[in-house]
Amino acid sequence: MENIIKVGMADLKASHHPAILTTLGLGSCVGIALFDRVTKIVGLAHAMLPDSTQVKNRTNAAKFVDTAVDLLVEEMLNLGAVKNKIVAKLAGGAQMFTFTQGAELMRIGYRNVAAAKTKLDSLNIPIISEDTGGNYGRTIELDSESGILLVKTIGYGIKQI
Amino acid sequence: MSVNFDSLDNVHIDVLREIGNIGSGNAVTALAKMLNKKINMDVPQVKVLQFQEVSDILGGAEIPVVGLLLSVTGDISGNIMFILEYEAAGVLVNILMGKPLNETVAFDEIEVSALKEIGNILAGSYLSALSTLTNLNILPSVPELAMDMAGAIISVPAIEFGKIGDSVLFIETEFSEGSTKVVGNFFLVPDVDSYEVLLKALGVAG
Repeated sequence: MENIIKVGMADLKASHHPAILTTLGLGSCVGIALFDRVTKIVGLAHAMLPDSTQVKNRTNAAKFVDTAVDLLVEEMLNLGAVKNKIVAKLAGGAQMFTFTQGAELMRIGYRNVAAAKTKLDSLNIPIISEDTGGNYGRTIELDSESGILLVKTIGYGIKQI
Repeated sequence: MSVNFDSLDNVHIDVLREIGNIGSGNAVTALAKMLNKKINMDVPQVKVLQFQEVSDILGGAEIPVVGLLLSVTGDISGNIMFILEYEAAGVLVNILMGKPLNETVAFDEIEVSALKEIGNILAGSYLSALSTLTNLNILPSVPELAMDMAGAIISVPAIEFGKIGDSVLFIETEFSEGSTKVVGNFFLVPDVDSYEVLLKALGVAG
């Protein structure tokens, strides 16, 4: 039986091999999938906001891209992952509505993706693929066997990145 | 200032329930007039959910839903969103267009604009109830519509709630025409600075 672990909104999980980490219905949030190529230890975060320093209430580290990446990497290292073997894949960060007003609200998906890139770059974790932006939701599944990230949509097909 | 739904007391919940009640009551009355049908409504439920649970409210994060988003300006600023299941949206469109209720809706251009009109009426009358209750000037924009997975649509208001707390507040309204039930969810998402204005106007600040 497959070990499927669900990651909710503002949530993150790390696991030993074998596991499939999944998060459903990513919209403007960003899914950050990490994979250690050697130990096959995997991690997945579903972060909502780009920057924890912009907000007062930051009790939930998984909510923010910057703190979520730190915590996820830490949890993976605790499981035995090797830092310089970890690679990243990104998905999500869509703009669900095309509004002319409230530009800040509308750019949140883009900002989440940009924040994830900056944060991963600062940790020297290479981003090897991404499926971000657009105006549609995504369900993603990270397979610890292959490191493949499966991206499912309504009306925009299924792909592996 | 800090408004945190995690620690919202019963008075706040009661006030918000009352807004929900009056607001969606107004909305349903307006819809009944527009459709020229008798529409029944259950007492709206005010719900406060953690992010992890929120995408399950419509039966799962991957369920296709229709979301109508309006921005709000005036004395308070923010957004109001009305979400309903894809099938329920189809029922509403069929009622509006005078078609059999079980007919499949393709959501072509005309049907999308019919849905936007429904969003206009629902959100407009909801906000006018809130406006009367608070004596605040609250103006809705033209609605934007998106159809996608529930989780993805709900992420839009959820992110706004995420700036102030770890939970989402929304009002679940169930209405029926004949034996057909339609469940819709209202998310009123004031900008961070507007909470104080709103709660003060309702006499429950602090």
